Amino acid sequence: MVDTKKGNLVLIHKTVLKPDERPDTLPACTKAVAYECWIKGFLLNSQATVGDEVRIETFIGREISGTLVSVHPAYDHSFGKPQKELLSIGRELRKK
Amino acid sequence: MDNSYAAVMSRKNEILRRGTGIDYQEYEISRIAFNYEGLMDSPRYSLVDAQRILKETGVGNTPFVELKNLTNLVRSVSPPGKGCRIFIKDEAANPSGSFKDRRAGLSIHHAAKLGYKGVVAASSGNYGAAVASQAAKRGLKAIILQEVYDSRKVGQPEILEKTRACEAYGAEVWQLTVGPELFYIMLRVLEETGFFSASLYVPTSILGIETLGYELAQQALQQEGRFPDMVVITHAGGGNITGTARGLKKAGCHQTVVVGVSVDLRGLHMASDFDFNRKSFTTGHTGFGIPFLTLPDRTDVPRNCARGLRYLDRYVLVSQGEVFYTTELLAKLEGIERGPAGNTSLAGAIALAREMDQEQILVVQETEYTSAGKLPSSQLTFAKENGIEVRQGNPKENIPGKTIVIPERVAQVEVEDFNIGRIRYSYIENALKMAKGYAPTEEDLQFLAEDSKSTTAYVRETVRALNGKK
Repeated sequence: MVDTKKGNLVLIHKTVLKPDERPDTLPACTKAVAYECWIKGFLLNSQATVGDEVRIETFIGREISGTLVSVHPAYDHSFGKPQKELLSIGRELRKK
Repeated sequence: MDNSYAAVMSRKNEILRRGTGIDYQEYEISRIAFNYEGLMDSPRYSLVDAQRILKETGVGNTPFVELKNLTNLVRSVSPPGKGCRIFIKDEAANPSGSFKDRRAGLSIHHAAKLGYKGVVAASSGNYGAAVASQAAKRGLKAIILQEVYDSRKVGQPEILEKTRACEAYGAEVWQLTVGPELFYIMLRVLEETGFFSASLYVPTSILGIETLGYELAQQALQQEGRFPDMVVITHAGGGNITGTARGLKKAGCHQTVVVGVSVDLRGLHMASDFDFNRKSFTTGHTGFGIPFLTLPDRTDVPRNCARGLRYLDRYVLVSQGEVFYTTELLAKLEGIERGPAGNTSLAGAIALAREMDQEQILVVQETEYTSAGKLPSSQLTFAKENGIEVRQGNPKENIPGKTIVIPERVAQVEVEDFNIGRIRYSYIENALKMAKGYAPTEEDLQFLAEDSKSTTAYVRETVRALNGKK
């Protein structure tokens, strides 16, 4: 199965430091997990499947390798839900 | 090459010397003192140069706006004759939407002038976007390193927005998990690329912010015929206070009271994977604010040019809920919708204005842009999803990492004064600790006094007390 082809925008993952390579001064919960990284760029391999080791060209033209995580990664942060604790603020003042 | 943590850290000084173009050794005086003004002068830019360079990329000359409706509201809950005029410097009008463009602008110009092909910055906030934007304008490549996710790959909406913004400006962004190894990655990337280190703490960064203090003083003078009585500044790493206060002095404001404001996140550990997503503010908080005042040089350059304690007259804390409330007030009363983090100082100002006379002028010296991810509804949605209780009530009941309390009335917005004497004491204690085994000279005492805005007599007495404690 092929998920994507050369030139498409993809997201890759790298483990920068394994837990035992991290400094001992960290809080225990941080030291217990790996130091990880995600980078976006354009796929340089002719084709690839999620989970493959791939090479990408970043937005500034550098080549980086890592594990393919997703294709056409989206920005999914939002405006959030209406918050009842905030909604009264303007109304309370306008009544004055 | 050995890229282990220990090996890269051991190459730190050489990497930073190449990455900043500054030989910090030249400015060292002793194990305690260094030539601060000499270091600040080293890139050779006057205030006029800085203004001209920033103008080339559309940075600065932002609106200076009186918040009349907010002032009236504050007066309605102030003692008779109190409730000063509140003005805001609308820094969101800068190209990437915050005062950080001033901070990045001069550094990126300097990097281009020195012949670097690109720049590297470690920032999960507005500074990263400012570096990416300025690099785009100057034709340099930008790599932005961001602390984004906890180990579950859950990220704060505000930081995810910053990833988007940096990529919109064409930067290569590294989205990293929680950890101080951000500095290690920065050193590796600097070494690999030979790019410029656009640290927040180099001289050009602070020189750029001086234009903000200078500009607001001039605007107050021209528009209102007097200098500000108080300038209120969101405080994290100290650069905002340092640059603004230096600019105020250059404009001739010697009586203006300089107040730093941070969001109270005491009790949360900044390197904790667990605490990371239990806060709604990623900067402008005590997690940076206090350590940067008490130990300014523990940063990504050998000597930090952001030295807040040198310039601070007063340091106050506000809660997360108070800042969200203030952000709503600014939108509803003044028609100015801006990001919460930039309104930290405005929350403090609402409380501080109640102590001041009506004819006095208080200036809140920044705003920041708002967007998906960077607004109260988004950040409170995230807080609730991460187990934080959000309710209306008395903000004094706020508990960092557990409860966010949104005030019900403007009178509930108050500041907590943080004892600067305690900060000075810790600062001196840390300076001695860093130079263990070294006996401070008269010159060192003088440096410590200047650096902590105190006197040599106070420093001498504190050193004696600390030595007695051992």
